[in-house]
Amino acid sequence: MSVNLTSAIKEICKFCGNDRTRMMDIVRAVQQQFGQVSDEAMNYIAKCVNCHRVEVESVVSFYVFLSKKQKGGVVIRLCNDVVDKMSGSEVVAEAFEKELGIKFGQTTPDGKITLEYAPCIGMCDQSPAALFNDEIITYLSTDKVKEVVADIKKHYDPSKLKHRLGDGHNADELVHSCVHNNIRNKGRVIFAEFKPEAGLKNALAMSSVEVINEVKNARLRGRGGAGFPTGMKWQFTRGAAGEKKYIICNADEGEPGTFKDRVLLTERADMLFEGMTIGGYAIGADEGILYLRGEYAYLRKFLEKVLADRRSRNLLGKDILGKKGFNFDVRIQMGAGAYICGEETSLISSCEGLRGDPKTRPPFPAQKGYLGKPTSVNNVETLCCVPRVLEMGAAWFVEVGSAGSPSTKLLSVSGDCKQPGVYEIPFGVKVSELLKMVGAEDAQALLIGGPSGQIVGSADFQRTICYDDLATGGAVVVFGPERDMVAVAADYMEFFVEESCGYCTPCRAGNVLLKKYLDKILTGCGEPEDLDILQKLGESVKITSRCGLGQTSPNPVLTTLKNFRKSYETKVKKTTNGMQPTFDIRKAVKGAETIAKRDSVIFVK
Amino acid sequence: MSDQITFTIDGVEVKGKPGQTILEAADAAGIYIPRLCFMKDLIPHGSCRVCTVFINGRPQAACTQPITEGAIVENDTAELKEHRKNIIDMLFVEGNHFCMFCEKSGNCELQAMAYRLGISAPKYPYLFPKRDVDATHPDILIDRNRCILCGRCVEASRDVDKKTIFEFVGRGADKKVAVNANADLKDTDFKATDKAADVCPVGCIIKKRVGFAIPVGQRKYDTKPIGSDIEAGKK
Repeated sequence: MSVNLTSAIKEICKFCGNDRTRMMDIVRAVQQQFGQVSDEAMNYIAKCVNCHRVEVESVVSFYVFLSKKQKGGVVIRLCNDVVDKMSGSEVVAEAFEKELGIKFGQTTPDGKITLEYAPCIGMCDQSPAALFNDEIITYLSTDKVKEVVADIKKHYDPSKLKHRLGDGHNADELVHSCVHNNIRNKGRVIFAEFKPEAGLKNALAMSSVEVINEVKNARLRGRGGAGFPTGMKWQFTRGAAGEKKYIICNADEGEPGTFKDRVLLTERADMLFEGMTIGGYAIGADEGILYLRGEYAYLRKFLEKVLADRRSRNLLGKDILGKKGFNFDVRIQMGAGAYICGEETSLISSCEGLRGDPKTRPPFPAQKGYLGKPTSVNNVETLCCVPRVLEMGAAWFVEVGSAGSPSTKLLSVSGDCKQPGVYEIPFGVKVSELLKMVGAEDAQALLIGGPSGQIVGSADFQRTICYDDLATGGAVVVFGPERDMVAVAADYMEFFVEESCGYCTPCRAGNVLLKKYLDKILTGCGEPEDLDILQKLGESVKITSRCGLGQTSPNPVLTTLKNFRKSYETKVKKTTNGMQPTFDIRKAVKGAETIAKRDSVIFVK
Repeated sequence: MSDQITFTIDGVEVKGKPGQTILEAADAAGIYIPRLCFMKDLIPHGSCRVCTVFINGRPQAACTQPITEGAIVENDTAELKEHRKNIIDMLFVEGNHFCMFCEKSGNCELQAMAYRLGISAPKYPYLFPKRDVDATHPDILIDRNRCILCGRCVEASRDVDKKTIFEFVGRGADKKVAVNANADLKDTDFKATDKAADVCPVGCIIKKRVGFAIPVGQRKYDTKPIGSDIEAGKK
């Protein structure tokens, strides 16, 4: 084993306290330094943190940003989300292959650049986009690919890539990114002017129970999609047995088409940490964790700086703002490319240095969460609402919105619309009003709530966006009249096939089969019976899956089957001779014919 | 807290103890809830989903869900049977299962479950994945073609044998059981006497040289369907 590798790993592990629960930090650091986590490295990590080698491999093999195989010093990950494809990522992909002289999944012969695809990287409003290690390059075109590849070949250092700077804090020297915020509509809660730390000061003047009651009275519900009442979650966590408690902010937005948390982390970082601090005070936690998705690593230094500033202003640390005995601090935990880690128990597994498998419930995180301690996991947007509730009061918070869903919601709008970006709208807005706002009045379909939500057609455009009607974590993708909704459903199923953790049967195998049937239909081999199989298979996956991913993954199929039935029906046809049209012998023997350099004789009755 | 909890399964009153799962209480009452990954004395894995039941209208895995007073559990219904059959079909097509020449035939829980549910052939297309075989160990063979990722070997080795020979690697359809070595089982300290050598429900982890000690036709599920032992205890 190379001395270099062992000494580096020894140092990394030591820096992480030789603590195996910090495995994510350890393997990320090794990957960054060596471009891989090799067999040798895994053996040595296991020795340093006193665990089994296979347990290290279990983690490394789970996250797409980690790899046992050697990768280039620069890894280019082109986003192949549905929206990126709609804005031309396939042409961009060809350009990358041409400029680099390699195919996707390969590394250049000099070992310097690896080219890969990535699922949604949170840049749908400025697609096509790609990651160059941690740097993000948006609005890609064939010309831009030429430029950027020529640029990277000069120095092989993504941080030196030339690009213009985005707006707001994207231009901050610690972010230094070309990403744009694209804030299109400012509502009264999140993007309005507000008094920083007023909410925290008010909260600290109240008892913890009073803070929870205020949040309850504001009827604040989780903004990540599930909509669980935040006050109740905090109450359960506060009431759970045990001294040590945690609050975790879920900044792992990975739902294709969502990017609003990216904007909040860029422009409302202080507000978010203020919310976490209030949450910590409410539930009795002295530690918070911000779980930041690997794709947003470009924001990390900036967020660390915001945290450092808050510490120096006594907004974090000991006896915060003079409140004796209230100690609270936040650390950032990086993810490494796994959509499933947005599921709260998977996120906790990941924070504990494990593969991102969801945990068995019960017990719920409020009872037994991070390291077995009561834990509240809250979404970025939810936590950003908290300081406003405490600053302005619950009564103010519920003034707008619909009866069952008070206040405002951030929507990440992208796809076939004139104004993609982030919209803060009051709950209860009609779909048709939203379409007008975003410049998409000719829309054929709308994906609302991301692929795990629903794909609706014009019949539903008079419905409203709120928890009681069309619920959403924030992703809204618009599809114009020319899009094939069966193909769209197949693309989203591809995503779930890639992102299933594989723990339970229906999600691991069922999604693969759903995708297979869709492909069969799209290639013209589908039969009318396949629609019935799709429906029943989708229902089984939905009913029997273990966590929220599998319970919602068939939605692209089930909702298009319901709302775009005609599109399916025109693609499947009954054969006249009662034979299945699934096997094309000429196509099947073609490969062999090419090798043998001779035609086969096929007997036809 | 009362030391007895009363609830119903398909309308039949069942009494259980606090802390018991639906599946444990049902077993004690002689009511069989089909299951695959569950094994007594191991932590319920809850991964196969075959034991999915409706509890007060909500789908839950019976092996991990604790019993609650007055709960209404639906188990033996046409809808659930359909879901269970679909799951078994998925397991058959996502691996490579050839019962006719598998030495586990007749003792295989997957095969037995298929027969109990009335499946003679899966309805979904076979996926024919490429899976590895590891025959390096002198006494044990691992044929991953037949693995159903139930987690029993992982748990038994970790929690009972205290060895952690097995762990899951990869994710999604690429998830598989790996061994605690750079490559092969022979490089671990796995023994045929380990608990983990005796837990595989299918023919994935099998002992060498004993496969046909009992002839086909006289094996565990050749005469009575899987679950019969539990149903025999019906009160």
